[in-house]
Amino acid sequence: MRNEAVRQKIGFGALLVATLVVVVPVVLIVVLILTRGFGALSWEFLFTMPRDGMKAGGIFPAIIGTFILVVTSIAFALPIGVMAAVYLHEYARENLLTRVINLAIINLAGVSSVVFGLFGFSLFVIFLRFGVSITAGALTLGIMTLPVIITTTREALRAVPRSYREVSFSLGASRWQTVRHAVLPFATPGILTGAILSVGRVAGETAPILFTVAAFYLPRLPHSLGDQVMALPYHLYISTTQIPGIPEGYRYGTALVLVGLVLVVNVAAVFFRAKMRKRR
Amino acid sequence: MSRSRRIKEFLIEKLILASGLASVVFVVLIFIFLLREALPVLKAVSPGAFLGGRFWYPISEPARLGILPLILGSLAVTLGAVVLAVPLGIAAAFYIAEVAPPRLRGLLKSCVEVLAAIPSVVLGFLGITILVPFLKSFLGLPTGLTALAGSIMLAFMALPTIISISEDAINAVPKEYKEGALALGATHWQTLRRVVIHGALPGIIAAAMLGIGRVFGETMAVMMVTGNAAVLPHGLLEPVRTLTATIAAEMGEAAKGSAHYAALFGIGAVLFIISFLINLTADLFLARGRKR
Repeated sequence: MRNEAVRQKIGFGALLVATLVVVVPVVLIVVLILTRGFGALSWEFLFTMPRDGMKAGGIFPAIIGTFILVVTSIAFALPIGVMAAVYLHEYARENLLTRVINLAIINLAGVSSVVFGLFGFSLFVIFLRFGVSITAGALTLGIMTLPVIITTTREALRAVPRSYREVSFSLGASRWQTVRHAVLPFATPGILTGAILSVGRVAGETAPILFTVAAFYLPRLPHSLGDQVMALPYHLYISTTQIPGIPEGYRYGTALVLVGLVLVVNVAAVFFRAKMRKRR
Repeated sequence: MSRSRRIKEFLIEKLILASGLASVVFVVLIFIFLLREALPVLKAVSPGAFLGGRFWYPISEPARLGILPLILGSLAVTLGAVVLAVPLGIAAAFYIAEVAPPRLRGLLKSCVEVLAAIPSVVLGFLGITILVPFLKSFLGLPTGLTALAGSIMLAFMALPTIISISEDAINAVPKEYKEGALALGATHWQTLRRVVIHGALPGIIAAAMLGIGRVFGETMAVMMVTGNAAVLPHGLLEPVRTLTATIAAEMGEAAKGSAHYAALFGIGAVLFIISFLINLTADLFLARGRKR
């Protein structure tokens, strides 16, 4: 018996060590980006155009570009994703069709991001003649993020008590009226969680925008959806690998803005999720 | 119900059905458009020479379009990442789900979520500025841009997937199993090792497979730290080039309509098929876990 107690101690100790090997680098990464990037932050860095072949000046167009891509791609994906989840949870019975749809969602979630880039290039840029543009990039990113929105919306719908629907039906409401007035209002925090999570995902992706929208150097703001834009993740990539001689603080600053944006967005998602759980 | 209202509802319901089918349509479209652009490559090489060819010299004259070095590069990096991430991830999942005190559990879970949220290009940036020079001096290599650097980066990117899905699987094991073992006098550790792990196994396998899928398809971080040498790899301490990195690096310079361009789409189709198979298998394991 004593033997077993010792064994348990060793076993749990090993599990703890493994956990620390995972967690400590995460803390180090965040601290490193915060401390080294913070020095680069300034009014000029955040709100002016890059200068001197991007070795000086700011990253304003990349911040705006990422913002535009996030808004446009979510505007495209959110309605489709929410309605798809409504179809799967409120309308469809479990049958071969829903099985195929679920499989497609899982598969869409697993496709490599660079393959989305190829697809977006061949469908939107070439075949539909959108050119390398915000439209092409936003549609590509939107399709990529659909699975996140569908899955989280579905969970939110699942959390709405069945009795809400039954009451609505018993009052003579149609299925759509029930969904619209008795289900969706209560699923909103959960749906927002999904939307926010996909904001983080869209903001950080590089590979899907490589050939569909990203501009290497474009020191002006876009005028229409047909324009190219700079974007934060792509900007970090090229300033790390393609442009020698950029001060390291500049790169860390870009990384900090990107990580800061993504983490703030994720904290917001956690907040909404907690709110949704409380309601139940 | 008024007539106009009925028509409105009819239209809305059709729209909902269409959205439900959208995912299927997109998956099919992805496959069609990859194939559409990829098929011309078969005019330049046979399928066997494309998949099994040992030389990737896309811009020499004539172009040699064998993707075997790229497939092996992806496999080497993935294998390294799996060896690191799967045991670590499963152990961490057990610690978080079963051992950690509740307050610490919340903190650890947040750390894992932060790791999942960090964009891959940021990890690639840190990899190239910190990990690569470290590996170079620590192991005394001519360059730190190696398959090993890629494996380490990818292990970290796979860990959140592996940990969170394994943790779900561990939590889903019926309480009675655990309580039964404890009541028979087993220690907590024995219960985990002999009972809980069996109940959670299908979910843990699915977690590992989804982690592998994530690793195989990862692009940016791996392109930044592996050195991108398209040669047959001999070990983890050499530069390699993966399938994904090849597309990302060369798509910009491949002339549309050339065999090189088609070959890059061919690589995309190969990646698509592999991720499809991985996800299908993982889903089967997850479904099995749910049935229990």
